[in-house]
Amino acid sequence: MTASILEITGLVKEYQPGKPVLRGIDLSIGAQGITAVIGPSGTGKSTLLRCINRLVEPTRGSIVMQGQDLARLRGSSLRAARRRIGMVFQEYNLVERLSVMENVLTGRLGYVPLWRAWLRKYPEADIARAFALLDAVGLPEHATRRADALSGGQRQRVGIARALMQSPALLLADEPTSSLDPKTAVEVMELMARLTGEAGVPVIVNIHNVELAKRFAVRIIGMTGGEVVFDGPPDAIENHHLRQIYGGEDWL
Amino acid sequence: MSAATGPMAPLDREWMRHSPGQRIGRFLVWLAIVAAIVWAVRTVEIIPEFLADAPQQMGDLLIRMWPPDLAHYHPSVHAAMIETLHIATLGTILGLALAIPFALLAARNVCRNLALNTFAQLVLVSSRSVNSLVWALIFVAVFGPGPAAGVFAIAFRSIGFVGKLLAEALEETAPGPLEALTAAGAGWGARMLKGVWPQVQPAFWGVALFRWDINVRESAVLGLVGAGGIGVVLDDAINFFQWERVATILLAILAVVVIAEILVTRIRAKLL
Repeated sequence: MTASILEITGLVKEYQPGKPVLRGIDLSIGAQGITAVIGPSGTGKSTLLRCINRLVEPTRGSIVMQGQDLARLRGSSLRAARRRIGMVFQEYNLVERLSVMENVLTGRLGYVPLWRAWLRKYPEADIARAFALLDAVGLPEHATRRADALSGGQRQRVGIARALMQSPALLLADEPTSSLDPKTAVEVMELMARLTGEAGVPVIVNIHNVELAKRFAVRIIGMTGGEVVFDGPPDAIENHHLRQIYGGEDWL
Repeated sequence: MSAATGPMAPLDREWMRHSPGQRIGRFLVWLAIVAAIVWAVRTVEIIPEFLADAPQQMGDLLIRMWPPDLAHYHPSVHAAMIETLHIATLGTILGLALAIPFALLAARNVCRNLALNTFAQLVLVSSRSVNSLVWALIFVAVFGPGPAAGVFAIAFRSIGFVGKLLAEALEETAPGPLEALTAAGAGWGARMLKGVWPQVQPAFWGVALFRWDINVRESAVLGLVGAGGIGVVLDDAINFFQWERVATILLAILAVVVIAEILVTRIRAKLL
C-alpha cells in the first residue's frame, strides 16, 4: 500500500475495565479498494468500525485520517470528520417514515444548516446529486415512496446512496449483506464495489461471508479475540488461516 | 385404615391452596377492607331520611327540567359553549408547547442526565397530581375570573399527561436511524428533526387529539370556579333554579362531547 487513508495505532476498547474487546489494533488502510474484515461474532469487528467514526469511544490508541487523530476530536470538529466517513449498516437504519428521497438527503445533514433541513430546502446541487445516486443504485422510480415500503435489498441500496451522499473520503460497512438473501447480497456488494470504485472511495467492510470477502476485497483482515491474526490479499487466505480465525474445522 | 396398607396409599399427603401464613394474611386484608368501608360510611354521615326520599327528589328535578328550554340556547348558552371550545383548544396548544421540553428532558435516551430526568419527571407528576379545577382556582386567583384562567388551568393540567406519554414515545424510538444520522455528522437539532420526530409524530398527534378531547370535557366544568366557559352559565342557571335551562346546557355539553369524541376517534384511526 503506497498511500493510506487511515492509520490505526494501538487501538484498545474496553467496555468494562480490564476486559478489552480490541487488544491493540495496528492497521494501515489503503486509499483504494475494499478491505474486508472477517472473524467470528463478538470478536470486535463492529467495535473496530464504530471506533473509527466514534459511535463507540475508543479507550486508547489513535486513528489518524488525513492528518487528524479522530480519537481526540470533540464537538463540531468531530461532526465535520464524521461527515467525511460514510456508513452502511446491517439493519439499514433508514428513517422508516420518511421518503426514500429524504433518507438519501439525510446524508447531507452534516453539511446543510438546520433551517434548510427543516423547511426541506436542500440546495439544488444536493437534490440533483440525490437523484443521480438513486439512478445509480437502481431505484429511480422510488424517490417518493416511504422507506418502510421497500424490500431489504432496496433499503440497503438506499443506505448506500445515503452514505455516498456525504461525499465521503472513506466508507464503513458493518455487515451490509447479513440481513439479505444470497443473491441480493451479491448484488448489493457489486453495487457498493462499483460505486465506491468509480468515486475512488476506499471501503472497510465487516462481513461474515468469506466467499463474498474474497470476491470483492483487495485485502482481507482476519480477526479473532480482539486481535488481527491474518492480513493479506484474498488469494493468500487458506484453510489453516480460517481455522485460526474461526476455530474448529468441521465447517470448512 | 388404608394408611396402614403400605406405600400404595399415601393418604397423609395433603394439598392446600394456601399456607397457614397466607390464610392469616388474606383474613387480615379482608378485615381491613370491611373496616375501611364501615369507617367511611360512618364518616360521610348519611342521613337516612334524605337517602329515603332521594328517588322522589330526583324525579322532581327531572320533571322540572322537562321540557328543556331550547329557546334559551341561542345566544347565551351558544356563546358560552364556543368559549369553552376556545379554552380547550388554546389550553391544549399551550400545554403541548410547554410539555415538549419536559418530555425531551424526561426521556432517558434523549437526555442522558439522571438528575434532569428526575427533575422533568417530578414536574410532569406534579402537573398531573393537581386536578384542573384546583389549577383553575389558582389561576382565577392570579388572573381574576374569566377564560384566561381556564386556558392556563387546562394547559397546566395537560403538561403532565402529554409530557408523560410523549416521553414514553421518545423512549420507544428505534436507535438505529439516530445512529445513522450521528454517523453522517448531523448535529443535535438535525438528529431530533430527522431521526426522532418522524418516529414520534403519529404518537404526538394522537396524544394531542386525545388530550383535546379530554380538555373539552374538563373545560365544561371550569366555570363552576369562575374560570370561564359553559360552566359559568350552568352555575348561574342552577343558582336561579332555572332547571329547564340547566337541561338545555347539559344536553349541549353532551352533544359537543359526543361530537368531539367521534371526531377524535376518526382522525386518530387515520393517523396510526
